[in-house]
Amino acid sequence: MKTVLRLVVLLAACFAGQVAYAQQRPSNTETVEIGLSTDTIAITSGFRGTDLTVFGALDNADPLIQRQGRYDIVVVLEGPERNFVVRRKDRYLGIWVNAESVSFQHIPASYSLASTRNLQDIATPKVFAQLGLGVNNMFYEPMPDGFGSSQTLKEFTPELPRLKLKQKLYSQRPGDVQFLSATLFRATLSLPANVPVGKHVARAFLFRNGEFLRENATSLNIVKAGLEFRIYRAANQYSLLYGIFAVFLAVITGWAGRLVFRKD
Amino acid sequence: MGFGSDLGIYLPIAEISVNIFVLFGMGAAVGFLSGMFGVGGGFLITPLLIFYNIPPAVAVATGANQVIASSFSGALTHFKRGTLDVKLGSLLVIGGIFGAAIGIYVFVLLRELGQLDLIVSLLYVVFLSTIGGLMLYESVKAMRRTKAGQLATLKKPGQHNWVHRLPFKMRFRASKIYVSIIPILVLGAAIGFLSSIMGVGGGFIMVPAMIYLLKMPTNVVIGTSLYQIVFVTAFTTVMQATTNQSVDIVLAFLLMSGGVIGAQYGARIGQKLRGEQLRALLALLVLAVGLRLAIELFVTPDDLYSISLAVVTGGA
Repeated sequence: MKTVLRLVVLLAACFAGQVAYAQQRPSNTETVEIGLSTDTIAITSGFRGTDLTVFGALDNADPLIQRQGRYDIVVVLEGPERNFVVRRKDRYLGIWVNAESVSFQHIPASYSLASTRNLQDIATPKVFAQLGLGVNNMFYEPMPDGFGSSQTLKEFTPELPRLKLKQKLYSQRPGDVQFLSATLFRATLSLPANVPVGKHVARAFLFRNGEFLRENATSLNIVKAGLEFRIYRAANQYSLLYGIFAVFLAVITGWAGRLVFRKD
Repeated sequence: MGFGSDLGIYLPIAEISVNIFVLFGMGAAVGFLSGMFGVGGGFLITPLLIFYNIPPAVAVATGANQVIASSFSGALTHFKRGTLDVKLGSLLVIGGIFGAAIGIYVFVLLRELGQLDLIVSLLYVVFLSTIGGLMLYESVKAMRRTKAGQLATLKKPGQHNWVHRLPFKMRFRASKIYVSIIPILVLGAAIGFLSSIMGVGGGFIMVPAMIYLLKMPTNVVIGTSLYQIVFVTAFTTVMQATTNQSVDIVLAFLLMSGGVIGAQYGARIGQKLRGEQLRALLALLVLAVGLRLAIELFVTPDDLYSISLAVVTGGA
């Protein structure tokens, strides 16, 4: 087995005494915290995707609401922003050709969401739309001159999350935020095999009775390690040298093959 | 962690995990064929890589890199034997570098437009079916003739053609010809262009063109074409690496090492088999690869929509 990623968190003891105050405190002081035991994850070349466990704490919770299960938490891990083109194939003379396209900007390259329940059971669609939370509620910003008409934009926009879900770069896992105790919760997110490297942001959203209270964020760097990644970096940073080396390697391989087999 | 994880290797540029033995075997099989038939094999490697889900941009750039290995030792042998026209070859290289530079520019443009995959496939379908068809026709005819008891000879076309009326003539001692440099430069450029867009050496076009257009004697044709291929594919590799970062050195090395070994055995088998039958076999193989690529162009894709990173910082 390869990289087991377990990001264990702080907390625990410091929250233990605070439940006692719960009754007389003003109604809106609950806080949510998530923490990661590391700020960098190194993925090796054999990485085939894994689950990322994030621990967090719900603080100053009202025990009554808590007993009724009216607190909900949504945790997302957003990958670095990139620009994407969505293309549609059309048939010309029997051949399928990429025809229309729409370009989008500032789109998270990956997006993994875990929640206590289905999103529609947590709050109204309007709340999620305002937060831009969830694969179908995010705002997919087109490039200013990246699309033909508003009609094409309307057609192409839902395709972006659909394709991302298909590539497993976007995922939604309702039920994968679980309370371990009154204050401690655990969120299980997906890190797909093709997870982009770069700065990822983990955010936790706290809801009470269908109302959004607050969020908390922390960042995580995903880097690739190992020989393959060093090759990748060399190809990008020292591309001329890399190209010359590729030629050199080919010449040596061809020449060595001749030496080895020349005996007869 | 399923099957194949132990044999898997991650290709850093193609960005997918592949099975080491499949790629090594692919290199060896193509190397075997190229040793047997005396062809470079680039025109088989690139489509096979595309069938194996390597992104076409990477398949093309890596194909060019792989061709260097199979051509270099051959060119060296011909150089030592003196069956290589350095002067004519160098003119081909000059033309080839121009052609390859234009090719890389077109390659980048097509990639930005999202049409690279289509154009690469179309070019392959056109070239593979034309070359395969011609080879099949020619070899079947030769087989009929040998059956009828005649000696199979390459027909010699007329001594002079329009090529020999062009200006800027130059004398090439090794080839024993006196010919204009224009067709040489143009031929070199055309091959260079194909090399950068298709990831091939281009021997399968250059050899007939040298024989029929330039009237070069057959003994220097192979060596001179290999000489041009080594330089032009080397130039293409460096250009692809700097402009598109699409040369996958791990992939290239697996293919090369398989190819070098396969070629040695292929050459031995090739000497024992009859020429026409061999060519008919290769023709069928070439046609099959072309057909497979053609089918993919016509079959309705599973998903009409696709997503890719926007190339360059355009659009702002």
